[in-house]
Amino acid sequence: MTKLNQNRIIDSAFKYFGIFCTFFGLIVLAIFIFNILAEGLQRIDWDFLTNLPSRRPAKAGILTAWTGTAWILGLTAIISIPLGVAAGVYLEEYGKKNRLASIIEINIANLAGVPSIIYGLLGLEIFVRTLNFGGSLLAGAFTLALLILPIIIVATREALKAVPKSLREASFGMGATKWQTIWYQTLPAASGGILTGIILALSRAVGETAPLIVIGALAYVPFVATNPMDEFTVLPMQIFNWVSRPQHGFVVNAAAAIIILLLITFIMNGIAIYLRNKWQKKVNW
Amino acid sequence: MKYPWLNGHKGTFAKILNKKSMKFKANLILILFAGSFLFSSCGQKKSDSESENQIDGEVKIDGSSTVYPITEAIAEEFRAEQPDIQVTVGVSGTGGGFKKFCRGDIDINDASRPIKDKEKTSCSEENIDFVELTVAYDGLAVVVNPENDWIDHFTVEELKKIWEPSAQGEITKWSQIRAGWPDEEFSLYGPGVASGTYDYFTEAIVGESGSSRGDYTASEDDNVLVQGISGDKNAIGFFGLAYFEENQDKLKLIPVKHEGEPVLPSLETVKSGEYSPLSRPIFIYVNRGAANRPAVKAFVDFYLEVAPELVQDVGYIPLPKDEYQKEKSEFENFVQTAKQ
Repeated sequence: MTKLNQNRIIDSAFKYFGIFCTFFGLIVLAIFIFNILAEGLQRIDWDFLTNLPSRRPAKAGILTAWTGTAWILGLTAIISIPLGVAAGVYLEEYGKKNRLASIIEINIANLAGVPSIIYGLLGLEIFVRTLNFGGSLLAGAFTLALLILPIIIVATREALKAVPKSLREASFGMGATKWQTIWYQTLPAASGGILTGIILALSRAVGETAPLIVIGALAYVPFVATNPMDEFTVLPMQIFNWVSRPQHGFVVNAAAAIIILLLITFIMNGIAIYLRNKWQKKVNW
Repeated sequence: MKYPWLNGHKGTFAKILNKKSMKFKANLILILFAGSFLFSSCGQKKSDSESENQIDGEVKIDGSSTVYPITEAIAEEFRAEQPDIQVTVGVSGTGGGFKKFCRGDIDINDASRPIKDKEKTSCSEENIDFVELTVAYDGLAVVVNPENDWIDHFTVEELKKIWEPSAQGEITKWSQIRAGWPDEEFSLYGPGVASGTYDYFTEAIVGESGSSRGDYTASEDDNVLVQGISGDKNAIGFFGLAYFEENQDKLKLIPVKHEGEPVLPSLETVKSGEYSPLSRPIFIYVNRGAANRPAVKAFVDFYLEVAPELVQDVGYIPLPKDEYQKEKSEFENFVQTAKQ
């Protein structure tokens, strides 16, 4: 009887511990978001989005920062999606399961865990100096593309793995080649998972500062980039710069810029969730 | 519906994705392409009013985050004068800036300390010639917590006793600094070792740049230091005077005694050199090749012209008027000799 009671106590203790763990992260996040909103929300208006950086906090805006972020995002997507998806398709569909394959697999998993500043140093040497891109949008986008490639590759492989064999076999049975099977059957069936992975990877890239500082992203850029070779700044850079200024007005600006950055990330995650649900409903096998 | 993809099933975006072919991938890339061009095209305002003395070109600046607010302010005002000159400013730090400067990557380096011999050598190896222009002064404020009621001033010797490398683990209590102070442990706050502010403080106090005890709370972000000191009764810290001025209610500024009476840092005492040794000049370094370009020349001229007002505006201390005149003629000479 006492044994039973004891077990019940352990059981309910664990339940409350679990509840505490669940809410711990959520509450900290809620406090953080509430603080940011309280500080920054009043600062957001049209001028804030369309003004150039300024020494007066009330006049300063994030035009060049958010357009820089949009550029980086677009270019990173263009570079990383074809590379990542193609690599994932090769490893999952064509690659043989041998020693080499497992070495590649382990290394990709490892690359996903490499600190982002290391990618920055790599980008500085390869793209900025060797390929002579300078501190341009292109150099930044290539660096971030490298950073998120492992995530896209892994997501692509997982999504392809989830496609049932019967679908492929049916396609082969109809006389389709391997290429036709992949292009017309397997990839579309897996595209929900792939897109989700891509968008989550890109929303990681949006928040990265360290590698971009290393490759030479600027703090003050008074013009909107017009081509990929232009120099640039991004939202996280602008936030970092404002947070370290002595005047309180800049801290308010930083909070407002954080809200915009959070908004971009939330929207992207929202799209990812929407796409996932969409494909889950559509694909029946 | 403005955003069909947010609401539902039959929106355009959804339709594109619904086509069972892989076309959507091409479309997605198109959307991203279009998006980035859309983003980049809005907000571009080019003034058509080009008068005769308008020039175009670019000025690339990098360097110290201490000097950044001044350069930013001047670049901002410069835009009103010369809208077609694109001035960009980075914050790689004084040392990081000199690396780029000596590779010829940038035109101007913001520096919160003079160039080091090592950096000079690497510049001359690349045949980079330059001029050093003093643009402002900065005072280093020594601060404690407002609840600290026993301290009236520090002497330079006391500061040295606290910060020198041999103090690590040895000097830990107030009573060890000056007899009569409480027998409690103090805690130290200061900028990170990579900053020019740290270099300057250690040079002025310890006597050797970059040499101090290691057991102090270091942060690259001076606001973190302000937070730390304002929440710790036994804190001692130092950073740029501007950070004290913005946080006067949270900190207590301590006068420093060198020779004669203890002096509080202020606009007057820093400018006159009375607040010694913790007031420092801050510089810009201009590449000779760049100074020949009209855009860079115009920017530096403008810099020295408006510095007296703008420097003060962003919390630093301007040089006396005739000093700026001197810097101007030095730059003028530099450009003239460069042309020959």
